[in-house]
Amino acid sequence: MSSIKTVGVAGAGTMGAGIAIVAARAGFRTILYDTRQDTLDRARRQTEGFFAKSVQRGKLTAQAVETIMANLTGTTEMAAMAECDVVIEAVFEDLKVKHGLFSDLDAICPPHTIFASNTSTLSITEIAGGSGRPERVVGMHFCLPAQLMKLIEMSPGLTTAPEVFDTAWKFAEAMGQRPVKTKDNPGFILNYFLVPFNNDAIRMVEAGVAEPADIDRAIKAGLGYPMGPLELLDLIGLDTQLLLCEALHGVTNDPRAACPPLVKRMIAANHLGRKSGRGFYNYDKDAMFGG
Amino acid sequence: MPYQLIDTGSSRSFPAAHPLLDGASASGEVVVLIGADADSALTGVSDRASRAAILVELGTESLGTHTGESRGAEGSNVLGFARFRLGDGAPSDLVELVRQPATPDSAIAAARAVLEGAGLKVAVCGDFAGRIIDRLVRPYYNAALRRLDEQLATADDLDLTLKLGLGYPEGPIGLLERTGLAHHYDVTSALFETLGTPDYAPARRAVVAKRRAEKGLT
Repeated sequence: MSSIKTVGVAGAGTMGAGIAIVAARAGFRTILYDTRQDTLDRARRQTEGFFAKSVQRGKLTAQAVETIMANLTGTTEMAAMAECDVVIEAVFEDLKVKHGLFSDLDAICPPHTIFASNTSTLSITEIAGGSGRPERVVGMHFCLPAQLMKLIEMSPGLTTAPEVFDTAWKFAEAMGQRPVKTKDNPGFILNYFLVPFNNDAIRMVEAGVAEPADIDRAIKAGLGYPMGPLELLDLIGLDTQLLLCEALHGVTNDPRAACPPLVKRMIAANHLGRKSGRGFYNYDKDAMFGG
Repeated sequence: MPYQLIDTGSSRSFPAAHPLLDGASASGEVVVLIGADADSALTGVSDRASRAAILVELGTESLGTHTGESRGAEGSNVLGFARFRLGDGAPSDLVELVRQPATPDSAIAAARAVLEGAGLKVAVCGDFAGRIIDRLVRPYYNAALRRLDEQLATADDLDLTLKLGLGYPEGPIGLLERTGLAHHYDVTSALFETLGTPDYAPARRAVVAKRRAEKGLT
């Protein structure tokens, strides 16, 4: 991937830190940017912990990790992104926030820099519209955890130049990822199917079709899924599911994407899932109960 | 727990040898009715009221079709069950065990003991159309078929994305091709008739597959 040598990642949360690991591990000079130093510090600790496990498991040598970490820097100075050939944003899922970020980056980065968005639900075309360089914006949706999941959903917007999409595709492959092309549709592939599917499972609990544990057991035993939908929702977080629903339903008006009332009741009760110790399952006592 | 098996033939749940069939006794506290005529066999079960549980194999119909219904208070020692399988695919280890609002816990426990004793996994559900899996996955399969028509991605990429992104063993398009799109039509038609919501209406590709199957075309 000769045209891309330096990669910027904007946002050092879980996704951003994981994407930075993917880029740095593939040999790209990587700059992780965030406005908060403590967020960068946490990302650094998590990254070091991840690579320590990679060494323990024999996937990387200590020397290789040293080289990778030397290539990975964190900064709170957006000006450092001026050196980047591509910037992947992994910031809050809000169009105004992304427009603001890319607008600022547009003033800093050279004209050839590609802007990629890790959005999972927003329109690439709309994001590109506020970027200052709509022909150089592309969707690159990594899966959580990015450092372990190979898939990237790649979406051109209406204004994306074909050669930009092609360069981004080759860059994804050069990172060792498996890109899949999708249209610029809400939710792309994964969330388009997953969010309504999970809502359907929640509505089954609401309707009393079965208890959460029975629904999860059926899906795992009957279809071989690694997790049941309600276990997965507890992992995702009910508050996150609400945001995903609002983003998807707000664009599609698909009734299956509308947030089920039970989600809002659970959020009000702080039954957010694993993060609060209680969701469709109780994680304090390791016992199960209906939501 | 000893159980009696009444096999009326052509069981969708047990098309081949299985420990549940092999382990049956001449009589027992639990009666398992399998096959296409399990419905009519139910009326011939002796000492019905004294049995711990009577299990009736279901197709797409409700348990209430066999037991009758009464103002939401239905429930007896008669339960429904179906071993889950997708279309022409092999039966899974999962049995969806159908209860009614007033079904005694003792009947569920007896049924569970027999089924789990034969190595099956049990998920209990109410007497709802589609039970658990069909009710949950058919709208997702329909959506996948519709999005394929709309060229969201290629069939291979749709399947690959869901396998890589969610760890599913098989993507929806490949799965429906393997197990039969015409079968998907049959199940979704039954669900759409009962539930009436558009998500269950058979997707165009399933309609096409059904029409071709009716003409003997593959």
